[in-house]
Formats: sequence, structure tokens, C-alpha cells
Amino acid sequence: MEKFSELTGIVACLELSNIDTDMIIPKQFLKTIKRSGLGKGLFYEMRFDENEKLIPEFILNKSPYNESKILVALENFGCGSSREHAPWALTDFGIKVILAKSFADIFYNNCFKNGILPIKLLGEEIEKIINFSKNKFLELEINLKKQTIKGSEINLSFEIDEYKKTCLLNGWDDIDLTLKKENLISEFETKNNDSWLEPRRNE
Amino acid sequence: MKPQTIFDKIWSRHIVDQNPSGECLLYIDRHLIHEVTSPQAFEGLKNNKRKVRKPLMTLAVPDHNVPTTERRFGITDNESRIQVEKLIENCREFGIPFFPIEDLRQGIVHIIGPEQGFTLPGTTLVCGDSHTSTHGAFGSLAFGIGTSEVEHVLSTQTLILKPAKNYLINFVGELKKGITAKDVILHLIGKIGTAGGTGFVFEYAGKVIENFSMEERMTICNMSIEAGARAGLIAPDNKTFEYLKDKPLSPKGKEWDKAIDYWKTLKSDKNAHFDKKIDIIASSIEPQVTWGTSPEDVVSISSSVPDPAKIKNTDKRQSAERALDYMGLEPGQKMCNIDINTVFIGSCTNGRIEDLRKAAEILNGRKINKKVRAFVVPGSGLVKKQAEEEGLDKIFMSSGFEWREPGCSMCLAMNADKLQPHERCASTSNRNFEGRQGRGGRTHLLSPEMAAAAAIKGKLFDVRKL
Ligand code: SF4
Repeated sequence: MEKFSELTGIVACLELSNIDTDMIIPKQFLKTIKRSGLGKGLFYEMRFDENEKLIPEFILNKSPYNESKILVALENFGCGSSREHAPWALTDFGIKVILAKSFADIFYNNCFKNGILPIKLLGEEIEKIINFSKNKFLELEINLKKQTIKGSEINLSFEIDEYKKTCLLNGWDDIDLTLKKENLISEFETKNNDSWLEPRRNE
Repeated sequence: MKPQTIFDKIWSRHIVDQNPSGECLLYIDRHLIHEVTSPQAFEGLKNNKRKVRKPLMTLAVPDHNVPTTERRFGITDNESRIQVEKLIENCREFGIPFFPIEDLRQGIVHIIGPEQGFTLPGTTLVCGDSHTSTHGAFGSLAFGIGTSEVEHVLSTQTLILKPAKNYLINFVGELKKGITAKDVILHLIGKIGTAGGTGFVFEYAGKVIENFSMEERMTICNMSIEAGARAGLIAPDNKTFEYLKDKPLSPKGKEWDKAIDYWKTLKSDKNAHFDKKIDIIASSIEPQVTWGTSPEDVVSISSSVPDPAKIKNTDKRQSAERALDYMGLEPGQKMCNIDINTVFIGSCTNGRIEDLRKAAEILNGRKINKKVRAFVVPGSGLVKKQAEEEGLDKIFMSSGFEWREPGCSMCLAMNADKLQPHERCASTSNRNFEGRQGRGGRTHLLSPEMAAAAAIKGKLFDVRKL
């Protein structure tokens, strides 16, 4: 898994609630069997018109926001489908941090598996960041170790689950960690050997 | 012992290990996979030379991307074909049972799990698909996961998770005549919002739920995720056992008896702690239909499109304005006057045999409006066969509906079934997001009965008034 410790980047604000994973990466991009190259499909229907032409007014199409590493949104970011193509598209585009008032569960978990840091902030903190970046572009410095967000006149701290933090800082792979507990899994299987659970015993 | 909820019981029984900050290594009994969210997981396994721990605890089926028209000549779309072929190839390589598209048992992953008796009470069940919550109707702790987690389950048969909180959704009293499970769940989502259940597992209770058939319970649990909940649970009862008895993969003989003994314990204890509770007055529920681009944007068919100007919360007001603009609707417009072009009956929410029976009952002897393009996509090959045996296909076709092959189809429009920009659809699926059924397409979610009524009238309509 990719490591994440700190990052400085330009903030792009999408002042929307319920940004769903269909919006983040529409289904036509789900036909791939790879994880890479999905950046081109990120927010596709907002970035491109029906004739596949770039919509210049959309924030992620404008300089310097086309190089943003930090995305800001309102409530319930990442709701909808469980597709991990959403975080794949975000990182491929260059987005490594998402600040929002709240996140949908599955998307939130998927971020950590892909070196993206989702940060939940209070409503007024999000508003403040949005207001600051209204007239001029805002650069923020995110530090995972210290759990801080800094920028001109912005000085915030954030909460994060200890375990998730450690994994992200070290770039640990969950599967490797779990495979180290193989013996516990085998023990569990022997102990909880409910025979009715075997789906094909009586086939 | 401390009184427990159903969730607590299933959760605690599946803990392999626990770390000090509360994460559990949870054992997974059942894993369903499909073609869209699994290829990268198998790629990961191969790159790291990992094995599949319990291939027989896994079941695979292509559904999201398959054509629903003539399949004799295979899948013509190149990318879709590669994805489906990849699934079969991966399953063969790792020894995972699968139903190819030619198989009668092929269908939407959440329909075939229960149909095969793969879904069982008291189990943990996962799938790389958010509507895995469907299986909670059987008292199975079932939730959607991402592709990295699919890989994690394939190789370890476990997941690293923190326990969810418990949320009791209690329906008080009884439903009015003609009110469906779809109306009930849409009503709930409208009430608590699409993030109302974030961090929770729902337990649905009350007479309404007890009276529901397994099919109706699945419709309810299916859309738990649309209220933000990770999973929905319903205590298994005799209906559950009846449904599962003699299904191909459910336990047999002595094993069945043992299983039943355990399944009967899957009720929340008296005084079990719920972090949150809500009472819903069942008799207040009317037929529901969505007006916006989120399942929470829902009203009863007799009301009007809401006026964003009256919404105080700025975020919500802006979302509503954006939704109305996308949907091409005006505030105050009567819901029952909205003309539609397309009707879609199907999906893991409403693509089961009962759903088709109910829609067919409305359509029997009637013709659909000439302007309307309407089609039925049965949830599985077995649903299709059953429906044909009952003559439902004839009813649908003579009313003007198309009768299709099973799959997800226009629920997510990954195959050829999609809406054109500005086309308006009455759909029995579960998501009305922007572009969900095709770029620029406008979706109104409703029950199969209401979808049938919309097809006949060419507009949204209260089925009870037909
Ligand atoms: S029918 Fe729709 S919601 Fe259900 S699994 Fe298929 S795409 Fe997902």
C-alpha cells in the first residue's frame, strides 16, 4: 500500500453534498480490469460535455486547480456504489486528501487502502476553508503524524483512528498483516467448525 | 451475559482477533463476487503469489455488465466480454464455483445468493457491491466491500473492521392496503436521509416486517445502504426457514436441524442496547416516488415537487435546486402529472418473482401507453423461468413490455440498456443519482406496481386509482 505522511497542495472545493461514486467515476470506466489510468474518468460528466470536450468552468479543469491534491466537499462524500474505482480515479488524478463534513462508510475505508487520507472536519471548518479559497487559491499543508492542517490563517487539527493512521504512515498492506495471523485464523476455523456452514458438503 | 442485539451476536461469534484500538479481525463465511469489482483483486493475488483460502465459501456470477438481449452469440461489447471472461478464467484458476451467463442459475448476485441457499442466517456475508445489505433479510450480517477488501477476503477469509453501532427501525402498526415494501423503505430514507444510517447497522422490526414475505424483506434490506447504513438485519423466523429449506446449497438432514437450532437464537435479547431507535408509524406511509437525484428526495405520489426556496439549510437548498434543474422539474408541480418515457422493472431491489407477479397483476388485460418504452429484466435465470411457467412473460409482452435476459441492466446502465439525455424513467431500481441510468437520464424510483401504473398511463400515477 502507498504511504502517506505529509503533503502540501492546492485546495479544490466542490460545494456539494452527497457526491456519489457514480459522479466520481461513471460506469463506462468500470469495464477495465486494471487499477491504473482511471484519472481521465474522474468526475467525467462534470469535466466533459456530451461531445467529450473539456468544460472549462469546472474547477478541476482550471489552472491551478487541475493540479490540486486536496479536495473539499460537504456532507456524505463517496456515497453510493462500493466501487474502489473511485479512490483509484482520485489518486490517479493526483488527489491525495479529501476534506469533508462527513463520508460514506465504504468509500472512507477504500481510501485508506489506496494511500488517500479522508479527513472529517466540522461544518464551520469546511465553510472556512471554502470561504478562503473563494477569491484566491489556497494552499494547505497536511500532516498526518501531527494530525494538523495549516495554511494562510488556517490552523486546524483533525481526528483519525490510531490503527488506520499507523497503517497509512507505514504503508502497511492489510493482507500481509492478516496473513501473519494465519495460525489464529486456522484455530478459529477448527474451533468454530459448524458443519452446516460448509456450502457444498451435501452436494 | 449482557443482552445482545442480533448484530452483536453475529459479530461476537466471528471475531478471530481484536487489537487494542478496537479493530477486529472478523471471519467471513460467505463471499459473492462479480465481474466488475473482482479482476483487480485477482490480479493482486497473482502478483503477490497468494492463494484463495476457501474457494468453496465463494460464489461467482457475472451480472453488472451482461447484455439482456439475445445472448446466443455471446457478448458483442469487447470490454464487457473481456471482463466476463476474466471472471470465469480467474474462478477456474482458483477453483471458485461460478455460474456462467449460459447457466440457468445466472443472475444478479444478490438474487442468486438467497435463491441458491448460499445466503444463510447467522453468517457473515460480503460482496464487492454496496447492495450486499440485501442478504440481511435472512439475518445474515451482510455488507458491501471495496476491491482491496475482496482481495483480503479471498486470501484470508477475514476482514479488518470496527464494530458498527446498532440502530433499531421499528414499524408501529400496520400498513394501509396497497402499500409495498418499496414504499416503506423509500419513506424511511426520506425520513432519516441518505446519511442517517452512517456508522450503523439497522435492525428492522415490528409487525410490518414480520408480515412481509422474504422477497419484501429483501427489498427493505437492499436499500439500507441508501440510508447510509452498512447493513440491515431482520430476525430470521419460520418464513426464513421455509424459504431456505431444500435450496441447493442450504444444509440438509441433520445439518439442517443443527442450523435451525442456532438460527432460532438470532433475535435481539430483551433490553439489548440500541445506540439509536426510531418508530415509524406504518399507517402514515403512502405510495412513494422520488423527485430528485438522491433516494432521500422522495414524496408520496399525491404530493408535489418541493420548493427549494422553502428549505432553510443552505447545503440542502442548493442540492434541491441542482436536483430540480437536472430533473427538469418545477417546484409545486404535481408528481402525478409528470410524463415519463421509459419504464424499467428489475434490479436487486425489485427483480424477484413476487415483484414480477405484482407488476403483471396490474398489467393483465391492459396496454401500456404508446409513447412508453418499457422492459422487464428478471433478477435471475430461475426467476425468468418461474415467471414464464406462470405465464407472466405473456402478460408483460401483450401489454407492450419487452421481456429480457437476467442481469443488472438499466439499474446502472453498464450494458447497452441506458437512458438518453433528458429521457425520463420510472424505475424499480435503487439509485436515482445523476447519470446513473445513462448520462442526462432522469430517474424516478418507485415500486413495481407503481412502475406498471406509470407504463399504462405514460406518467407517474397512483396505482390504487387505476
Ligand atoms: S441490480 Fe443494480 S444495485 Fe443491484 S447489484 Fe446490480 S447494479 Fe448493483
